[in-house]
Amino acid sequence: MQFDSPTSPHGHARTSVTRVMLRVIYALIPGIAAYIYFFGWGVAINILLACVVALVCEGAVLRARSRPVWPFITDGSAVVTAMLLALALPPLSPWWLTLCGTAFAIVIGKQLYGGLGYNPFNPAMLGYVMLLISFPLEMTSWTAPQMLLEVKLGLIDAASAIFAGRLPEGLPIDAFTMASPLDTLKTQLLLDQTVSNVIATSPIFGNIGGKGWEWISGGFLIGGLWLIYMKVISWHIPAAMLGALFTIAEIFYLIDANTHATPWFHLVSGATMLGAFFIATDPVSAATTNPGRLVYAAGIGILVYVIRAWGGYPDGVAFAVLLMNMTAPTIDYYFRPRVFGHDRK
Amino acid sequence: MLAAVLSLGVMSVVFGLLLGFAAVRFKVEGDPLVDKIDAILPQTQCGQCGYPGCRPYATAIASGAADINQCPPGGEAGILALADLLGRDPKPLNPENGQVKEKMVAAIDEPRCIGCTLCIQACPVDAILGAAKQMHTVIEQECTGCDLCVAPCPVDCISMVPIAQTIDSWRWPAPEKARIAGSYR
Amino acid sequence: MSANLYHDGVDILHGQRRLWSFHGGIHPPQHKHESTNLPVIRAKLPERLILPLHQHIGEPAEPIVQVGDKVLKGQMIGRAQEFLSAPVHASTSGTVVDIGDYAVPHPSGLNATCIVIEPDGEDRGLEHPRVGDYLQLAPSALRNLIRDAGIVGLGGAGFPSYIKLNPGKLDGIDTLILNGIECEPYITCDDMLMREYPREIIAGLRVMQHALQARVCVIAIEDNKPEAFRALHDAALHEAGIDVILCPTVYPQGGEKQLIRVITGKEVPANGLAIHIGIVCHNVATALAVHRAVQDGQPLVSRYVTVTGGGVSQPRNLDVAFGTPVRDLIIQCGGDPAAVKRLVMGGPMMGYALHSDAVPVIKTTNCIIAATEADIVPPRPVMPCIRCGACADACPVMLLPQQLYWYAHTNDLDKVQEYNLFDCIECGCCSYVCPSNIPLVQYYRYAKGAIWIKEREHEQADIARQRHEFRLDRLAREKAEREARRRLKKASLAKNQDNTPHTEEAVDND
Repeated sequence: MQFDSPTSPHGHARTSVTRVMLRVIYALIPGIAAYIYFFGWGVAINILLACVVALVCEGAVLRARSRPVWPFITDGSAVVTAMLLALALPPLSPWWLTLCGTAFAIVIGKQLYGGLGYNPFNPAMLGYVMLLISFPLEMTSWTAPQMLLEVKLGLIDAASAIFAGRLPEGLPIDAFTMASPLDTLKTQLLLDQTVSNVIATSPIFGNIGGKGWEWISGGFLIGGLWLIYMKVISWHIPAAMLGALFTIAEIFYLIDANTHATPWFHLVSGATMLGAFFIATDPVSAATTNPGRLVYAAGIGILVYVIRAWGGYPDGVAFAVLLMNMTAPTIDYYFRPRVFGHDRK
Repeated sequence: MLAAVLSLGVMSVVFGLLLGFAAVRFKVEGDPLVDKIDAILPQTQCGQCGYPGCRPYATAIASGAADINQCPPGGEAGILALADLLGRDPKPLNPENGQVKEKMVAAIDEPRCIGCTLCIQACPVDAILGAAKQMHTVIEQECTGCDLCVAPCPVDCISMVPIAQTIDSWRWPAPEKARIAGSYR
Repeated sequence: MSANLYHDGVDILHGQRRLWSFHGGIHPPQHKHESTNLPVIRAKLPERLILPLHQHIGEPAEPIVQVGDKVLKGQMIGRAQEFLSAPVHASTSGTVVDIGDYAVPHPSGLNATCIVIEPDGEDRGLEHPRVGDYLQLAPSALRNLIRDAGIVGLGGAGFPSYIKLNPGKLDGIDTLILNGIECEPYITCDDMLMREYPREIIAGLRVMQHALQARVCVIAIEDNKPEAFRALHDAALHEAGIDVILCPTVYPQGGEKQLIRVITGKEVPANGLAIHIGIVCHNVATALAVHRAVQDGQPLVSRYVTVTGGGVSQPRNLDVAFGTPVRDLIIQCGGDPAAVKRLVMGGPMMGYALHSDAVPVIKTTNCIIAATEADIVPPRPVMPCIRCGACADACPVMLLPQQLYWYAHTNDLDKVQEYNLFDCIECGCCSYVCPSNIPLVQYYRYAKGAIWIKEREHEQADIARQRHEFRLDRLAREKAEREARRRLKKASLAKNQDNTPHTEEAVDND
């Protein structure tokens, strides 16, 4: 009598890469819902378009690399990348922008490095940064929140704006776009305005951050906390990134409140929450040891502030993540946990 | 001007002394490169590389007379280790020197042995016991599997046999690659 | 805690000593109740008992019987070798019919030397001398008695127990821990043993305490075994210096280093032994075996074995004579060997799959899982590592399994050692939680083996180099001697021709 004889353990937890990615997708839902509520259907169209492009690109490259297509298409990682990239794009971006960015993220950012598990950089952020550098105009013409619009765009209107570049009743695109809160703040501060003055005079600011942005950030925060609860991500990266960003923002706010926004403003603005819970936590490109994760994420938090305050771009999450991605292997090498029975080094 | 000349002069003296001290203090005995190469070679002493033993081959590699791909018992791992040590590009084993084979040991079919001592003279590591007109036997643990004793035997009573695996020598194999979707790199 | 642990209206857990915890660990489904419903019975004796000479860690025993010999139950048939070894005893009376290579329980599926006994059905035992009062015996005499009884660690490792009953140069040790944790799923043999023989286990513990001159004794039991806990707690109620402790269930708490950490808060140094920090750990079944050896003079010839899994209709614990083939146990528990997909010896986390059901039960066999499709995870495609760190969070040794995997699968044997591969206890937590389904533990086992092979090859190469150099020296010396003789002869010849008077002197001087 012969039996199959693989190695122990003979049991396995009910977990898989697909399950992990699906949970990340579920966790994005509250933030996406808030995003769609405040910025219209363009967000949803971007996400769908990016997902389709990502899956097509992933399948095509896997086939070209003669790798098994099905297990990797269904692992959900391409969809997560596509969603994160789409969430970073302006809600009414033209279709080709989403297409270029997603294709770049999947083909060059992920597959050319070896596919799932081998990409040193966060693919979504690579795609985003490529677009930001190549198409700065399109990437910064942000849609205004719905409550500031006189004419609201429906699903059909958004679709025609994205795919045909046509807006209803011949309205100019300027009627729907304005600079994002971080952008506004940055430009106004350069004009020697004070923070309180800027926030008081511009309609896009709400109680803490930009109108609507507070709620979107809240949505991502809730989803992220659920991911920690479900043990999909560890608390180290979000805590260290938000903690570092808050601390450095608080320091400069205390030094000069006129030229530096409040730490709370930084936490709810731009991609902070999305970045802390969903982008910086991408396990493949992040540091993998728990002590290393603290260092890695604190680095991101500090860099985000540095870029926002003194850099050339209004938001810095993408650059900060990519810069720290580069350092992740070194951080992992130097920040290792103490092994049981060994002395602390 | 004077200060510059003086300081440069002092510095040159200090560095000169330092270098001189280092040359004495860290003087290297022998030829460490040959030793390092020899440590990588499998010590089969089979001569398939074209040199009469591992150390002559190591010396030849160190002097540039021989290439790093002439040792079949060392296999690919050996070539990689040599390439790594010498900072050269690894290359496939030179087929003129032979092929990579599983490690075997010599076994004497003792009833047929006539006690001629030719194999004892051929063995590079003195792993065959026996005297003239007496039966010879191989010390299995010491045999390097070099094959050199097989040809001299006038009655063809020496054969190379694979080393039997026992529970003590068994080790877990690497996981099968076939099941691994992502291991194509 | 689900069970009612009140005794005469008093919470017996009140005032329990403080427990510590170790990093990581997992909570796999227990599957323990399946095999605790039926009472323990003796397994039927098979037609032939196959007794491997190597049932423990260390050197195999040397056979001291010959084919055709009649043996009695408890008679020593394999003698322990000098260093780190254990004897083997006949587990029933009968005739030795063969001494040769048979399939033994081992992950390789290879054969090893076994003594085969055909039982005569009488099960006649050898009369053993009884030890009156073990307290009169010197600890060293007690250890010899335990060694001669063939007792090895019955928790699964099989380390000869007498060595772990030697306190060394220290004047006694601090804490003796009796391990009743049994943290692997499915296994319940220690549970049943503790329920049935609490007094005997404590008596065995006292013997061990005497041998080790231990200051305090602790019996640790996981809280998924309330019956066993209550039995031992009651038995120890009036015993001074014995703490019976209930520990929250977590795998792999039964690992020696993990348990010591939980009980004492101390960490056994990576390259050290528990005894170096004044602690010794034994299994509860070992304590019972010690008691029987000392009290009744009975050597170790049988043990409790859990036979469970979907492949048997009556999962239960059996009292099995060593050498009984696994197939007989499965049939006795209502199993159909043909329906079994995988046969695991040991638990699902660390046990190994058997290649054949003809292999015998040995001293370290605590459990047989006759697994059907439902018990085991169907092989799923292995995905690349996404470096999520779930393995590192689960690792009880605080290793970085993802890094170890990275270096093991690229064969970087230096780096895996730098990442402390040899601290890995192969508990399987990392593989269990890996979302990419990577057989991590197998990579580590492979890497450990590859390092072992490489080191052995290195040693052999060094020996070959020495022998070769020695030979070259010898050849050079012989050549020089020949040359010298030749020259001398030539010289003497020349001188003889010259017929000078000094010739003989010159030869004499040589």
